[in-house]
Amino acid sequence: MDNDPNIIAFCCHYCAFTAADLAGTMRQQYPTNIRIVRVPCSGKVDVNMILQAFVEGADGVMVGACEPGGCHFIQGNLRAKKRVDYAKELLKEVGVNPDRLEMYYIAASQGPLFAQTSREFTERIKQLNAGQVETDVVPQEAVGEPA
Amino acid sequence: MIVAERKPFEEIYAHAQKHKKILLMGCGTCVTVCMAGGEKEVGILASQIRLAARERGDDITIEEHTITRQCDDEFFDEATARKVAEADAVISMGCGVGVQFCAERFPDAVVYPALNTKFYGATIEAGVWSERCAGCGECIVDQFGGICPIARCSKSLLNGPCGGSSDGKCEVDPDNIECAWQLIYDRMEKLGRLEELEDSKPLKDWAKHRDGGPRKVTREDVQL
Repeated sequence: MDNDPNIIAFCCHYCAFTAADLAGTMRQQYPTNIRIVRVPCSGKVDVNMILQAFVEGADGVMVGACEPGGCHFIQGNLRAKKRVDYAKELLKEVGVNPDRLEMYYIAASQGPLFAQTSREFTERIKQLNAGQVETDVVPQEAVGEPA
Repeated sequence: MIVAERKPFEEIYAHAQKHKKILLMGCGTCVTVCMAGGEKEVGILASQIRLAARERGDDITIEEHTITRQCDDEFFDEATARKVAEADAVISMGCGVGVQFCAERFPDAVVYPALNTKFYGATIEAGVWSERCAGCGECIVDQFGGICPIARCSKSLLNGPCGGSSDGKCEVDPDNIECAWQLIYDRMEKLGRLEELEDSKPLKDWAKHRDGGPRKVTREDVQL
């Protein structure tokens, strides 16, 4: 297999997914290895949805949401941000580089931004896979049995 | 409810590493409500262990299983017993009661705790749980406007406040702990019962609390 990373993009229906659709309509090129999972709102994205994507072989996960203040459900995107931050901590605990997970705010009108973000994120994951940037976090020393 | 929080991942993983097949058992009652050890948290911890095992080259298989209550014999059904028997070890996401009862129910199984059990508390806002009861064995909140000085005063004073009360906060941690006695006075004033606090409260019988040893409640009318 070449260095094509598996990337899962959880995209909210109202913004990031619409932007992805627009990117296609505008004939913007973005990497084909990105698999989009449409969710009704980024606030639907659960911590374990993210972790399971990694367990099942994703090299990177991006969460695409409406811009702050622009969420169709008022603050689903802000909640998603908190969950992404928490999931990054959980990834760090197990020794997976938290840079493999990222949250992006992409409005429905920003097709080119979706394409550009996808390219940049794919590049980041490719570099992580190739070990060209700081490798995955070294796990902390395991806690021993109490004496 | 009983409020708990998850142990640091490394502490749990150190146990998991010693075995090949782990049954990760959640509890559907208190620790589900305080989001520490319910089905969802079992899923998250299972994913973390799977990822860590892959990163570190360990051969660990995790089975996820959440039962209604780990502190009640009737919920350890045959399916649960079979899963426990098939696993090399059980990591219980129940509270301290659940873990122990699980170990008691399956004497041949190795059972590890995944949570630190903290207190009896209430959900005061989404994601925030606060202590309300110390299980002292003899409820006295009727004398204090419904506010428990045992659980909520850092010194469990029955005749407070002490000199550490300042601007309604407790000197132990002024940012996070309200002075229970300020709360009691405010509440009693609102209820027009302030004069009741003039009486000194007598010593409490701590034998009804943990000081009398482990406790047991028996109800013959419901025994089979």
